[in-house]
Amino acid sequence: MTYLRWLAAFAAVVVALVVQVSLFPHLAWHGIVPNLCLLVVVAAALTVEAPFALVLGFVAGLTLDLAPPADHIAGRWALALTIAAFLAARVRQDQKPTAMAVVGTVAAASFVATSLFALTGVLLDDPSLSIAGLLEVVLVAVVWDVLLTPFVLPPLMRLFARLSPQWATA
Amino acid sequence: MGAFGGHDGRERRWTGLDRLESRNRPPRSVLVALVLASVTLITLDVSGGGTSPLEPARDAVGEAFGPAESAAAAAVRPFTSVPAWFRSKNDLADEVRDLEASNADLRGQVELAGFDRNRLEQYDGLTTAAADLGSALVPARVVAVGSRQSQSFTVTIDAGSAAGVGPDMTVVNNDGLVGRVLRVSRSTATVLLIVDPDSTVGGRVGSSMEIGFVNGSGSLDQEAGLDLRLMDDASVPARDDTVVTWGSTTGPYAPGVPIGTITEVYSSLREASQRAVVKPFVDFSALDVVGVMVPSGSKSDRALIEADGTLK
Repeated sequence: MTYLRWLAAFAAVVVALVVQVSLFPHLAWHGIVPNLCLLVVVAAALTVEAPFALVLGFVAGLTLDLAPPADHIAGRWALALTIAAFLAARVRQDQKPTAMAVVGTVAAASFVATSLFALTGVLLDDPSLSIAGLLEVVLVAVVWDVLLTPFVLPPLMRLFARLSPQWATA
Repeated sequence: MGAFGGHDGRERRWTGLDRLESRNRPPRSVLVALVLASVTLITLDVSGGGTSPLEPARDAVGEAFGPAESAAAAAVRPFTSVPAWFRSKNDLADEVRDLEASNADLRGQVELAGFDRNRLEQYDGLTTAAADLGSALVPARVVAVGSRQSQSFTVTIDAGSAAGVGPDMTVVNNDGLVGRVLRVSRSTATVLLIVDPDSTVGGRVGSSMEIGFVNGSGSLDQEAGLDLRLMDDASVPARDDTVVTWGSTTGPYAPGVPIGTITEVYSSLREASQRAVVKPFVDFSALDVVGVMVPSGSKSDRALIEADGTLK
């Protein structure tokens, strides 16, 4: 069961990443696209046990860091998505999360992850944008992620819940 | 799993509460371990610089994701062309009229102004210089675009080492300079766009032949433009001047490739240099077909476009 779940989670990350870099640039707003990998991680954090979600956050972030066309310092998305997974697992309630709770968690996770990525960029002196530019990126990214939540989260949460019945909240 | 098994006994007594505890408290140890792992990776990559220990990992992931991205882009392409089907004959007629008008306008400018004619000669010289370099173009399409959240302006193209593409090669499209190749996998290559804040291109002002450096502004918006800083603070670039690359045959950017036109000029008092805003010829938000400049006669898995326009 665990292997199957890992396989499914990793497949979801790969599909999310490919769609994110190949399909969404056609719909992007000023180059800002929804962070589908983050949505996969949040779906896992809301459904299965925390260690799995944390490791999945790290793996998804690392994939984002290394897969082309990424060219920033590796490890930045890994850090951001690990922390986002931790927060999402932290706020989860024991019963099946309501739609509002899911949307709220996605918004918070998206805000934290994108801001953390931007902050590590500032700390590492990677050439970054102005504060206004960063705010625009963070806010538009949150809007994008929340917009896609109704389409992406329910099927993913059902998938994760089915693959781990002992932890399922559904 | 094992760590949670131990709670079974208590769980029977404190059903709701204990499960709530064990589930709502993600283990700190895992978090700390993963955060430390991320920080280690960042440190390795920062200190490694060009020969980062993560480069092999990047290459491996690139080999795996390159074909997937190419396939996804090919699947998406038919749908992105849908809006073009809905253009009526009237739209096209309007467009032809507009283009004819601007064409006539441009022709008039070229024929009337001696200054412009001189400039044209210079450009001609520059383009023949580019043709003399003996470079050919490998055609490629953009298959993936880095997100703004990642703060770097990079794209993936579907030509890699099998097509004869290598690091530091110049990438152009029919409008002008696009960027340079950062790294290649077998079937794809990652290209750094000149709008990236990290990108610096040697530029030359067309009319005065003054040289300077063109930096990216970190925006896909064509109006936001690029930042040109001239070496000689005595020379003031003129508006509407064209900026071309002055690179070398060995450096990353081939010489004589048009970059953009100067839209604004201002002198900075702090630094003793003239700065200008350059509007790039290339629309970076709608990149599709590009060409990679490779040495003429390179081995490639596809037809090369030679400098004289022939396919080989």
